[in-house]
Amino acid sequence: MISYKGHRAIKDERDEQRLFENRAWVGFAVIALCILALLGRYVWLQVFAYDSFSTRSENNRVAVTPVVPNRGIIYDRRGRVIAENRLAYRLEIVPEKVPGKQQGLEALLDELSTLIVIDDDDRKAFHKSRRNYRVFDSVPLKFNLSEQEVARFAVNRHRFHGVDVVPYLSRHYPYGELLTHVLGYTGRLDADDISNVDEGNYRGTRTIGKIGIEKFQEKELHGTSGYERVETNVRGRVLKVLERQDAVPGTDLVLSIDVAVQQAAWDTLGDRPGSVVAIDPVDGSVIALVSKPGYDPNAFVDGISQQAYSEILKAPGRPLFNRALNGGYEPGSTLKPFVGLAGLELGVVTPDTRVFSNGRFYIKGYDRPYRDWKDTGHGWVNILSALEQSVNTYFYQLSMDLGIDRMHDYLAQFGFGSATGIDVPGEGKGLLPSREWKRGALNEPWYPGETVIAGIGQGFNVVTPLQLANAVAALVNGGTRFAPRLLYASKPAGVERAKRIRAPSELQIPIRDPQNWQTILDGMDLVVNGSRGTARKVAVDAHFRTGGKTGTAQVYQLAAGKKRNQEEVAEHLKDHAWFIAFAPVEAPRIAIAVVVEHGGGGSTAAAPIARATLDAWLDQELERELQP
Amino acid sequence: MKRWLPAWVGVPRPDPVLLILLLLIIGFGLTALYSASGQDMAMVNRQGIRLGFGLVMMLIISQAPPRVLRAWTPWLYGLGVAMLLVTLVLGVGRSTHRWLDFGVFRFQPSELMKLAVPMMVAWYLHPKVLPPSVKSTAITFGILLIPTLLIYRQPDLGTALLVAASGMFTLYLAGLRWRVLFGFAGLAAAAAPVLWLVMKEYQRDRVRTFLNPEADPLGHGWNIIQSKIAVGSGGVTGKGWLNGTQSNLEFIPERHTDFILAVISEEFGLIGVSLLMLTYLLVIARGLYIASIARDTGSRLLAGALSLTLFVYVLVNGGMVSGVLPVVGVPLPLISYGGTAAVTLLAGFGMMMSIYGHRKFISS
Repeated sequence: MISYKGHRAIKDERDEQRLFENRAWVGFAVIALCILALLGRYVWLQVFAYDSFSTRSENNRVAVTPVVPNRGIIYDRRGRVIAENRLAYRLEIVPEKVPGKQQGLEALLDELSTLIVIDDDDRKAFHKSRRNYRVFDSVPLKFNLSEQEVARFAVNRHRFHGVDVVPYLSRHYPYGELLTHVLGYTGRLDADDISNVDEGNYRGTRTIGKIGIEKFQEKELHGTSGYERVETNVRGRVLKVLERQDAVPGTDLVLSIDVAVQQAAWDTLGDRPGSVVAIDPVDGSVIALVSKPGYDPNAFVDGISQQAYSEILKAPGRPLFNRALNGGYEPGSTLKPFVGLAGLELGVVTPDTRVFSNGRFYIKGYDRPYRDWKDTGHGWVNILSALEQSVNTYFYQLSMDLGIDRMHDYLAQFGFGSATGIDVPGEGKGLLPSREWKRGALNEPWYPGETVIAGIGQGFNVVTPLQLANAVAALVNGGTRFAPRLLYASKPAGVERAKRIRAPSELQIPIRDPQNWQTILDGMDLVVNGSRGTARKVAVDAHFRTGGKTGTAQVYQLAAGKKRNQEEVAEHLKDHAWFIAFAPVEAPRIAIAVVVEHGGGGSTAAAPIARATLDAWLDQELERELQP
Repeated sequence: MKRWLPAWVGVPRPDPVLLILLLLIIGFGLTALYSASGQDMAMVNRQGIRLGFGLVMMLIISQAPPRVLRAWTPWLYGLGVAMLLVTLVLGVGRSTHRWLDFGVFRFQPSELMKLAVPMMVAWYLHPKVLPPSVKSTAITFGILLIPTLLIYRQPDLGTALLVAASGMFTLYLAGLRWRVLFGFAGLAAAAAPVLWLVMKEYQRDRVRTFLNPEADPLGHGWNIIQSKIAVGSGGVTGKGWLNGTQSNLEFIPERHTDFILAVISEEFGLIGVSLLMLTYLLVIARGLYIASIARDTGSRLLAGALSLTLFVYVLVNGGMVSGVLPVVGVPLPLISYGGTAAVTLLAGFGMMMSIYGHRKFISS
């Protein structure tokens, strides 16, 4: 018994020994228990939680790094490269390696900017994208360095720890603004894009098609990412490659666009805003799709600066606006061949039906005159001469006889008022007016006067250049309406030859009498080749015979009874000039729609552009046919 | 022949059981270190030299009779406290990574105190009647509190607690009444919130991290999480020597020093850890046995306290590596890379061997 009560003044060796042994035994028991408890912890970790920790250890060890596929190259119909991947250099920083944290990083950027242009936009973008990377990842600072910048950095590299110049493949569009409205461009992948794609396949991808073909064909062009399973150490350094799955490069695409034709249309459009769309009526492939002005898509590839972007936004003629797909214009007289066909096919008129034009047309009971462009009128005209001379009175009368309902239903078959279904995003639908539409949209009844002007493509009618070109194609190929195609052929990786892609034939317009269709084509032939045709200039020195139709889209409405005089009107109020055409007349290989904004008359402003475009296409087609 | 050496120096007669156990641990430790250092033979050699130096020192000390050691004790203690004061006044800069900086030529007075404090307490209690009186207990507390507070001020909480524990163990073995012991335990528990208030921010972070390592997996929690992954992924049989991925790929921080047990657990599995723990337990048992056959009170108390302190090392380090105790800089005895701790420990074992060599009935 040990107690303070019986405290002894003399040391008792035996008592102390017993006391010690007592304490030592208790201590050892506690120790053994504690060590057992500790081992229990190890048993829990190593036996019961083994699977979980084993997995985490494996995940630590093995990193899967994506292998980014090369984006498919895009060619034009003749094999010219129109979108390619070029070797470029970007500046990257590993923030972890930069000494001095945030201030160190800023100081580094300051010092770098003495060698390489780094503006506030670059800095902002860098700090923003840093958040998406781990500290030991390399974060891009500036893309597409110039050769001088690369050289300057190389000489001074030793001064910049954690900074490196890294080669990469950058999308490049050799034809720049010429094809912007067809190809679109690729830009930096952002959060919105990621939600629309298979994230796994885009793990290493930095850019994605933003608009145009690049967007529409993103899936084909991108290819399939590969991966490398690598063993990394704690700093993410790759120690060895455990497994590699190569990337499958994107499919190379051939577009039906012919750059030479596109260039001809582009050049002859000059400085005026406008659009040219040319379609091969045989297969619905798009030969040219011009919208002017354009802009340089290469500026968008590595991220455009705020300043450059606002310059494009402020530029005259709204370069970002795709007129070919989305520009809504009044069709004007270019609608007449279709209205005429409606009259013939629905039996409202025959080729022999004659109408007298005295320059003014009145609806019974109204005293508002509807004018011909020739003040004195054209005299007696039938469908052929009415098309040749673009006689409004004939079509006023025909429209009244057809009525808006039948006219709407017939014209709708040519795709007016609906999207064509072209294989590029962002096309407009235009507007084909009807009684129901007006009731729904404006909550107003339909007035007879609106039928009259609808017959000459005015009033509520809105078409896009693409719609009109596609309607012409259907008119001249015997009523087959295609969804126009830009994709001509594709060559997936590993395949020797490109495979031709055919446009789906969307609709066959019913034909009551083929002779009616021929009559309309004859009328359009007369527009160019007739003695009184409105576009006779188009035929001069041509190697082929062209049919066409001029048109004028009013920009402002003239007060009733006033005569129009374009010379007196301010430039921005001038009419838009239209010309639609097809050639050769005997077996059409091209259907075209040209619109020149504020160009004035169709025959003077638009027809020469159409001619240049037709030449560019048909002369080389002719050459091809002469070759063995 | 005239001897210029003290009379007690002669042919070493170490305790063979303790020696074998220690050599087992050292051999295993060097093997593990080779793997943990990333197969750096130079590092293994350096550690081997230190351990060799420590073993020689152990054998020399084992020759000294306990009374000689006792005669040195107050001087050693006084010297230690003086050096602690000097360290405090000169304010040698320290980083929180101080346990990396153990080196043969850098002397840490706090390491010395791990031996000096139990020695001093044993020295003080040696002539006293046990169980200790209130006065003796109070003076003992003074002896252990002075260096503890000085070390705590450095700041080195881990070492301070170890030093305090070694003194407390001496008191415990001296027979301090259970009531008093539990009273102190209760007081310590009650003082925990106060301790929290006086703790430095980085110390609080460690406690927070210990309580919930997943809250900051890439920051403060990283060490604990990676260590647990290493231990857990070792399984029962381990990944094999040199095959620990957590270790070789440097996911385990301080893998050759404080966290070397994580490497051992990963490569040798539960079996390896259990055998190692068993060996430590045998060392402790042997130490307590030596204490029980010691010739006098001071020797008995010293040998017992040193044995119990060894247990604290093992428990704190093992708990830290497996994530049941906060991260404090306590190495795994005789295995973690570092010279000072190893030499100190071996010097302590030398004293135990001295006590064994001068036990009660040496010839019976």
